[in-house]
Amino acid sequence: MNIRRITKATLLGVSFAAVMASAASAKTLVYCSEGSPEGFDPALYTSGTTFDASSKPIYNRLVEFKRGTTEVQPGLAESWSVSDDGLEYTFNLRKGVKFHTTDFFTPTRDFNADDVIYSFERQLKTDSPWHQYTAGAAWEYFNGMSMPDLIKEIVRVDDYTVKFVLNRPEAPMVANLAMDFASIFSKEYADQLAEAGAKEQLNQQPVGTGPFKFVGYQKDAVIRYAANEDYWAGKQPIDNLIFAITTDASVRLQKLKAGECHVMPYPAPADIEDIKADGNLQLLEQQGLNVGYLAYNTKVAPFDKPEVRKALNKAVNKQAILDAVFQGAGQAAKNPIPPTMWSYNDAIEDDSFDLEASKKMLEEAGVSDLKMKIWAMPVQRPYNPNARRMAEVMQADFGKIGVDVEIVSYEWGEYLSRSKDVDRDGAVLLGWTGDNGDPDNFLAVLLGCDGVGGSNRAQWCNDEFEALIQKAKQVTDKAERTKLYEEAQVVFKREAPWATIAHSVVFMPMSAKVSGYVMDPLGGHWFDGVDIAN
Amino acid sequence: MLRFLLGRIGLLIPTFLGVTLIAFSFIRMLPGDPLELLAGERGIDPERKLEVMRQMGFDKPLWQQYLLYLGDIFQGDLGTSFVSKKPVLEEFFTLFPATVELGLCAIIIAVAIGIPAGIFAAVKRGSFFDQTIMGTALIGYSMPIFWWGLLLIILFSGILQWTPVSGRISLIYFFPQVTGFMLIDSLLSGQEGAFKSAVSHLILPSVVLATIPLAVIARQTRSAMLEVLGEDFVRTARAKGLAPSRVIGLHALRNALIPVITTIGLQVGVLLAGAILTETIFSWPGIGKWLVDSISRRDYFVVQGALLMIAAVVMLVNLFVDVLYGLVNPRIRHN
Repeated sequence: MNIRRITKATLLGVSFAAVMASAASAKTLVYCSEGSPEGFDPALYTSGTTFDASSKPIYNRLVEFKRGTTEVQPGLAESWSVSDDGLEYTFNLRKGVKFHTTDFFTPTRDFNADDVIYSFERQLKTDSPWHQYTAGAAWEYFNGMSMPDLIKEIVRVDDYTVKFVLNRPEAPMVANLAMDFASIFSKEYADQLAEAGAKEQLNQQPVGTGPFKFVGYQKDAVIRYAANEDYWAGKQPIDNLIFAITTDASVRLQKLKAGECHVMPYPAPADIEDIKADGNLQLLEQQGLNVGYLAYNTKVAPFDKPEVRKALNKAVNKQAILDAVFQGAGQAAKNPIPPTMWSYNDAIEDDSFDLEASKKMLEEAGVSDLKMKIWAMPVQRPYNPNARRMAEVMQADFGKIGVDVEIVSYEWGEYLSRSKDVDRDGAVLLGWTGDNGDPDNFLAVLLGCDGVGGSNRAQWCNDEFEALIQKAKQVTDKAERTKLYEEAQVVFKREAPWATIAHSVVFMPMSAKVSGYVMDPLGGHWFDGVDIAN
Repeated sequence: MLRFLLGRIGLLIPTFLGVTLIAFSFIRMLPGDPLELLAGERGIDPERKLEVMRQMGFDKPLWQQYLLYLGDIFQGDLGTSFVSKKPVLEEFFTLFPATVELGLCAIIIAVAIGIPAGIFAAVKRGSFFDQTIMGTALIGYSMPIFWWGLLLIILFSGILQWTPVSGRISLIYFFPQVTGFMLIDSLLSGQEGAFKSAVSHLILPSVVLATIPLAVIARQTRSAMLEVLGEDFVRTARAKGLAPSRVIGLHALRNALIPVITTIGLQVGVLLAGAILTETIFSWPGIGKWLVDSISRRDYFVVQGALLMIAAVVMLVNLFVDVLYGLVNPRIRHN
């Protein structure tokens, strides 16, 4: 370290101090986040922690989810239209939107079509100079949502009009564009970085159009943001947003109680009562857009028979699981999509817990002395806080109907990979959290024929169900799609490829001083519109 | 002395090579791979996975990967993090000062309390004080760090509100990292109250991290002192009529310190292991937390690099202790 560096740093420190002092009355909101972001380019990653720190505060998308809903509203696109054949999506872009002015970038022009094209082509085109701008860029979500197969081309109609041409109709397309990977980057900033030979900075010093601009990240400790004064939707009520990274849930709660932070995610279930009793805190809760399930392998006998699966489903005591595993913070699931999602078929009746009936059904199906494996995930997930315990509850009940259950588990990466095997031995506990609020994101991904050997852990391919979800993908009329999905849920219930178990409830404790926080059904944490009393 | 030193350094080279092999194979022996973990429930297309594995060089035979890795190490390149896409060495040096600061404070606490406590217990052997000190040391030694840290947080930060819960400095202070040592950087920043805030944040984690080494040092000092106090030269010194403080503080302690120094040196390894838990509880942005996160993400290059760097630090500290030991004990350097 040389003298110049110290002097420069000291001067910087003094200037920061001056900024902080001059803004003595500035409103600062501290969020005790649960982990470190992997980086700041949301398209490179898949974790909610990274999205909370990058796409949500810093960036905008062409369309956005309306706060607290999965409904899509205009974002950087003021309006859009879909061609009759469902193959062309034309977006009219918002004018006068400014990218952030920061210590490392000063924009010379407003947001326009070039930025949209850049943001998608870097993910789409393997020959884009930005496709491999950083080692191992896998563009997980872009690929996961089948965008490379779907998008034929992206056309710049004029400065403020962009057209997406698709290879096939895809009803959830607009909802997909509200997802984190579709965040809009500044092409001007990217060009500046490329010229300086510092492309990897794009993932470290982000520039967006969002409500907050990036100020600094001290690895594994603190991320600082300042309200974007020029935000197109108006400046935020708070001036500074700070993420204090605190991995342990008990420590987060202590910090919240001590006033060291104002909002925290993921409280420990055991602390909920304590939080409710604390007059200085408030507790928001919302049903998560998720489902936890047990997927049978429908390709392996005797689980290839719907009667056998149905019989086993009647031996799953969901209430006992909700009490023991979710400690009350959950709701029994009867459909593969959560009740907060449109097209949820509430008319469907759940299999009642009835061991006698279950035993009888198994006998009728000609199954006796059944031995099976239940796979229990080694990690805690939003849709399943304790898979081992869940498997034990099932093991006990299945035992009562003469089914001998062996519980197995693997390391998480192995678990995910091995459970995809078509000839897998055993039923798998797993779950899903919605990405874009579209039923297709649950039904097609988890139960569609394309997912066999992949994300369809039941290895279930049913012609009737497949025809319904394929058709629903292609029609744009929501009422018509709703009908198709409702019907698909009836087929699902009849065929029982899964035992649907639960939808969890998500809690969000915060200081009583915080106002305007709206919980996101998709599980993200947003701070636009949030205020704090001094 | 020079020959002694060269001999010690010569021993380090094969040890270092051994560590590279262990670090390299350890993470690869764990099941699971970084891409599956990154993709989660969504999964990754097998073809795409192969392509990314190829880009990262993970498709080559293991021995080839190891040799390439070894070659890179000797050029000072520990690879790039699969997750953050930053060079491992850069991340290490960003986080390492935080761990050193915490570790140094912990070892200072452990030595400053452990040695006097051990001497006191030895001198008052069998007394109530001796039993209390040794009993406390035993409890300290068997303390589960995670539980202990949380307990201290709830008591001192939650109920008594004497210390902050976690972090390195209050969030109202904001200055760039110069040395990475918060105590120094807070002074350099010239911001009022910053240094005090940094100190107050350092207290609880240092105490938690110091607990086990303190217990070990106290017990080691006591037994070494007891041994020395029974030696003839101590009796002679007493017989000469020297003041008890001189007998204990000068004659006995100097000799008793020899095994204690070795113990302190060995505690560096213990400290780095303890730092993993302590940093996790106190949200302390050091290498312990970084290593844990990277293992769970199977970030191969980070885990290899971090293990290698930690091993290098432990080896260097032990070399330093050996040298110090040689200086204190002439018999060693002449043999």
